[in-house]
Amino acid sequence: MCAATARVGVEVLDAEEIRRALTRIAHEILERTHGGDEAVLLGIQTRGVPLARRLAGRILEFEGLDVPCGALDVTLHRDDLRLRPARALGHTDLPAGGIDGKTVVLVDDVLYSGRTIRAALDALNDLGRPHAVQLAVLVDRGHRELPIRADYVGKNLPTSQREMVRVLLAEVDGADAVLISEVARA
Amino acid sequence: MNRHLISAADVSRSDALLILDTAEELASVADRSIKKLPTLRGRTVVNLFYEDSTRTRISFEAAAKRLSADVINFSAKGSSVAKGESLKDTALTLEAMGADAVVIRHGASGAPHRLAGWVRGSVVNAGDGTHEHPTQALLDAFTIRRRLRGPVTGDVRGRDLDGIRVTIVGDVLHSRVARSNVLLLSTLGAQVTLAAPPTLVPLGVGTWPCGISYDLDAELPKSDVVMMLRVQRERMNAAYFPSVREYSRRYGLDGERMARLPEHAIVMHPGPMNRGVEIAADVADSPRSTIVEQVANGVTVRMAVLYLLLGGAELPAISTTGVER
Repeated sequence: MCAATARVGVEVLDAEEIRRALTRIAHEILERTHGGDEAVLLGIQTRGVPLARRLAGRILEFEGLDVPCGALDVTLHRDDLRLRPARALGHTDLPAGGIDGKTVVLVDDVLYSGRTIRAALDALNDLGRPHAVQLAVLVDRGHRELPIRADYVGKNLPTSQREMVRVLLAEVDGADAVLISEVARA
Repeated sequence: MNRHLISAADVSRSDALLILDTAEELASVADRSIKKLPTLRGRTVVNLFYEDSTRTRISFEAAAKRLSADVINFSAKGSSVAKGESLKDTALTLEAMGADAVVIRHGASGAPHRLAGWVRGSVVNAGDGTHEHPTQALLDAFTIRRRLRGPVTGDVRGRDLDGIRVTIVGDVLHSRVARSNVLLLSTLGAQVTLAAPPTLVPLGVGTWPCGISYDLDAELPKSDVVMMLRVQRERMNAAYFPSVREYSRRYGLDGERMARLPEHAIVMHPGPMNRGVEIAADVADSPRSTIVEQVANGVTVRMAVLYLLLGGAELPAISTTGVER
């Protein structure tokens, strides 16, 4: 991923709205995990990882609770591996306490077909046995191909399948924004 | 387009780093309770071994199985090869059985190259005669990077071997490990020197990207890595040195020589070792020796190679054409 990604398309969330959405999700996670004591935030590579870190930062800010935070690369569990050349792997980094018996909150930028989340669930299966798994996404754009739903959603964004949704984050792209555009890429 | 791994010369710097970084990620699989990934489910890997091998065959087998590929082991002994079947006919048989990758070890230099022209799947060279053994070079590079870069930077991903001085000692003439290592390590920026008796240096070594020395003791103080090669008695058809004792005295690594290495230097050996010939037992078992680590890293690196060759669509991620130096 290059640093300053081109801002093509219409902005549907700006930096301030992303900030507010994450603040709300952080509160919801605290509520739904009963204070977050047993919670582990796992960001899905690439943009889920900075999102998970931000959520952990908010929770620390609100409650003074340091929720373990990690990164999960699901490439080796994907079902579309054979549709493209083999990809470079991202880094998987589990918190020191592991995930056994914990409530794992998977964090990703966009929820679309649900296939990435299925791969993530498979990956978790090989890594341990969490007590429960929840899903937080910044944008849910619909068009699910699997029976998967998010527990925490930043924004529901009705889209057509011909459109492309891009989440830009300061840590990866230099600035925060959610953009929507007509099929810009083949 | 090249979808095979036949020579370390075909591996560009960026491909080598991709393989090593992928291996770095896959290394964590070995520490998990479930050492298995579903990535190559439904793919078939054939281990075609015309020469004896323990660690390489087991290593490739473990690597393929950890990625959920089906593994067929074929050794020349007790097969149709003993009845006189040619390499080509064996290849066509494997082809008909739908092998996605063939891992081949053969006594004849160039056999994997020939095989690549006959099968549709990927061919991985697991050692051909005195020519090459590219996955050994990759696992050696991986081990060097972890041992020498790891303590300095923590995260070794993306790092090359720039400026690391490697001395490869012994029977270079019969060694496919030496040739692959010279090519790959120099691609990654290391300075390689061969230290060997003149009779065990191959012709044409002047074209290799490395220095040559006949005096091991002079090289030791300026080495970050000493890689000892096995004296390959089974390939020796003439007297290359007067006696084993004399060889051992001049080119063997004993405790006294090891003491002359810099503090951080590591001792490597591709195995199997002739203890007491090229390497003394106390050196082989010392904490500076990476010999056991190399075996563990071998599985990881071979997983990375199999994943990058077979894990995606037809076009593999490592383009082994267009070598950049």
